[in-house]
Order: sequence, then C-alpha cells, then structure tokens
Amino acid sequence: MSSAHIGARPARRLPLHWLGILPFAAFVTLFLILPTMKIVVGAFQTPDGSFTLDNIQGLFTPSILAAYWISIKISIASALLGCLAGFAISAAVVFGGLPKWIRGPLLTFSGVASNFAGVPLAFAFLATLGPVGILSVFLRSELGVDLRALGFNILSFWGLTVTYLFFQIPLMILIITPALDGLKREWREAASILGATGLQYWRMVAFPILLPSILGTLALLFANAFGAVATAIALTGSSLSIVPILLFAQIRGDVLGNPHLGYALAFGMIVVTGVANAIYIWLRARSERWLK
Amino acid sequence: MKKIWAWGALLFGILYFTLPLVGMTNFSLKMRRGEYSFDAYAKVFGDPRFQETFTYSVTQALFTIVFGVLLVVPTAYWIRLKLPGLRPYVEFVTLLPLVIPAIVIVFGYIRLYNTSSWLPLTGSALGTNILLMFGYATLALPYMYRAVDTGLRTIDVATLTEAAQSLGAGWTTILARIILPNVLVAVLSGAFLTFAIVIGEFTMAALLNRPAFGPYMQLLGANRAYEPAALAVIAFGITWGCLGLIQLVSRFQKSAPPKA
Repeated sequence: MSSAHIGARPARRLPLHWLGILPFAAFVTLFLILPTMKIVVGAFQTPDGSFTLDNIQGLFTPSILAAYWISIKISIASALLGCLAGFAISAAVVFGGLPKWIRGPLLTFSGVASNFAGVPLAFAFLATLGPVGILSVFLRSELGVDLRALGFNILSFWGLTVTYLFFQIPLMILIITPALDGLKREWREAASILGATGLQYWRMVAFPILLPSILGTLALLFANAFGAVATAIALTGSSLSIVPILLFAQIRGDVLGNPHLGYALAFGMIVVTGVANAIYIWLRARSERWLK
Repeated sequence: MKKIWAWGALLFGILYFTLPLVGMTNFSLKMRRGEYSFDAYAKVFGDPRFQETFTYSVTQALFTIVFGVLLVVPTAYWIRLKLPGLRPYVEFVTLLPLVIPAIVIVFGYIRLYNTSSWLPLTGSALGTNILLMFGYATLALPYMYRAVDTGLRTIDVATLTEAAQSLGAGWTTILARIILPNVLVAVLSGAFLTFAIVIGEFTMAALLNRPAFGPYMQLLGANRAYEPAALAVIAFGITWGCLGLIQLVSRFQKSAPPKA
C-alpha cells in the first residue's frame, strides 16, 4: 500500500483507497451481512431452493402467532414502564432539586446495570422474587402478602417484564438525561414571562420537544427487549413460549419440524426489531432539531 | 411538593435496583443452614467446570479484543483520512448488530458455515472457536467502532499522518506508533466493554456448542440453588469492574497534560 503514496505520483492513479477498507468489508460481509441474508432468503425458499411464501404463511399458525404476541406484549410493557420509570428518575435528578452529587453515580450505575443482562440477571431476580426469594419471603412472613396467591409468578409475563426493567430503565436514563439537559433555561423563563404555569410549560413547550426522544427511546427499548434471549431462557427454561425461546429450540432441534419455518421465524424477528429501530433513527433525527 | 416527587422517584429507583442485588448476595451466602457462609462461592470456585469455562471465555474475550482492535482502528482511521464520504454507511453497518438479534446472526452462521458448506468452520473445534470469536467481534462492533471513531475525532488525523509520512513512516508505523497511542483511551473503553459482553454471552456460545461461561451459568442455574446466586454476584462484579475501568481510563485521559 505504501508504494502508492511515496514518490512521484503516476498521472492516472488506480483507486487504491478502497483497498484500505477491504478487510473490514470482507469481515462484515462474511459474518454479518451474508448470515443475515441467508436467513432472509431462506425464509422465502422451499428446502429444494425454489421461491415460496409458504414459510411466511406458516408463521400465521396459532402457536407461533401466540409466541409473537406474548413477545410483543412483554416488549411493549417493559419498554413503556422502562420509559416511564427512567424518565421519572432522570427528571428527578435533572429538575427535582436533588443534591448534585447524585447524578454522577446514577449515570455510572446506569451504565453498569444496562449491561448487566443475560443469565446472571435472571439469577438475581430468582433470588429476589422467586418462590424463596428475599422479597417474596419478606412479604409473606412480615406483611402476610403471598405473591403467589395474588397470581404473581416470576416465570410469567409480569415476572419477565419486571426483570427486563432492570436493563430497560437504565438505558432510558442514559439516553434521556442528555435530552433533559438540552432543555434550555431560557425556554422556561420565556414561557413564564408570557404567563404560563409550570404545567402549561411542560404540556406546550418541554413535552413536545422531548416527545421524539421519548418515542424514539421507546422503540429502542422495545427492540432491546424483543431480542433478549439469555435472560428469558435462564429465567423460564422453556416454560414461556416467546419468540427467541422458540427460535432457540428450533435451532437446537428443529422443534417445528421444518427448517425453513425456522428461517421465517428469524426473519420475523428481524422485521420487528428492524421496524422498531427505523422508528428510533427517524425520531432521533427529528429530536436533534431542537436538542443540540 | 416537587422535591417530594423527585425523592419519591429516586427512592423507587434505588429500591428497585438494590433489591435484586441484595437478594442475590443474600441468597449466595445462605448455603449453610442457619448462618451466612461463603460455601456457595467455594463450591463455584472449586468446580473444575467453572475454571474451564471461565478460562475459555476470558481467552475468547482477549482474542476478540485483539481482533476487534486490529479490524476497527485501521478501518476507522482510513475512513476518516481517505474516504470520509463512506462514514455514514460504515457507521450504519456497524450499528446493524444492535438491530439484528444475536440469535439470528448465529443461526445464519450455523447454516452458512456448517460441515457441508464452502467454509466448514463448524466442522472442527478450532474452526468453531474462530467462528465464535468472529461472532463476538460482530456483537462488540457497534461499541468498539463508536469508541474508536469518537477517539479519532479528537485528534487531527490528516496532520499527524502527513507529519509522520514526511519523516518517512510507513502505514504500519503510523497506525501502531502514532494513531493507536493517541486513541488508546478510546480503544481501552471499547476493549473493556467487549470483555464485559463476551464474558457472560450465552446465546452464541450455547448454539455453537462451545464450553463458555454463559452456558455454564445457565446449566448451573437449572440444576442448583445457591451457586447461581454466587455466580450472579461474580458476574455483576466483573461488569462493574469493566465499566469502572472505563471510567478510570477516561478520567486518566482528562487529567493527563495536553500533548504537544
């Protein structure tokens, strides 16, 4: 490569610049693009390679639809609650008049907690809200509240949602705190000079500006929960049939009895997370108009 | 009034986040009946499977980091220097692993690189290890690339390159002795994050059947009561350590005197 740039330059240069990203392009093609394409193409193929829509149609059977539906419900619930709680905590620290020193540790902890997913997270929640978890036992023996009698089970919809919140809330805090910082003091002052109450300022100025950030983060949290495999498997084994668990079992042992239906299942996951991320990117571009 | 709300929200957050941590720590210490002990930890550390899988994952993490740095630093540098027009596209590609779930990527690997394909990586243990390492590098790509690219933004790549070239340096020298030291903090941040991701990763290792730490934890969780809690405490400690080291190195950079 070096010889191309040292010494007299030839009159017509070959476009050698491109060689510099060749290793990267090769890696990404081989280990990201091609594997994904293989799945996407496979979703539209019969085992002997001809085009078909049967696999996609095969997704619309009650058991697979139910798996998608519960996955989507868990993702929406944990994204909504994560957004709400993350926003409340972040707003409390930015505007709530709490001591300044709380902010640094909160953001550091959020960085750690948003990365503390997977198998260990499931263990932590089993030890807390499981049948003999510290909180379940405390509520039962001290307050007489039996979580299980109330219908709560860590291996269920709500159990998974509460567990996912452990990485959803911190992610929301990490993304929304800079956005809240971006709300200029002048806007609030201008609003109050014009006679706006605190509520009016939030409803008519701050909230519309923040809305794209909030909705965008909501989409990101949704995708984040939808693709989570390890936490779900470690928590529920295979007792809760959500899409990632179903796909995991399919890859391991073809439980659906049709390899190409597995491709379609994976393709469906890409579509769902892809749409969620497209919404995120689009809304983030919008929110950057105001929050620089 | 506002303050009460703020304290309420914060208190809720503190409760929600400390309870599971307290829960797992408490549980991990209760193996011996009626008293607190470190028995669960002793059991875990004494388990040869723990030592094997942990060593395996640490080795994988180190190889992933080396490979990731060798792949990302020259690429990000080259794009900033020569092909700035490509930046948005490359950035988009590096973010794809956040969009495509890991389980889908590894599914593609299994179909694409099986024993009857043109590149039968899954045919041998070494091949599968390499494939898993590439998979980890893919998962870490968004973090690594963004860290390095942010690091490169703070230095004047073009001037440094020209200065080095006029002193007779070749590309390898420029990258290893000019660029890398200048973005070392960014590279280290990416490296620690990569380590934290690889060490506990479950999906890829499980589906490629490699004896990694993540699948070991899952297996233990399905069969034991107290050891999983001890593992969770250890894993949390590792994550905390990695993120703490990132804070430490970035603080180190801030306090370092500006380079001449």
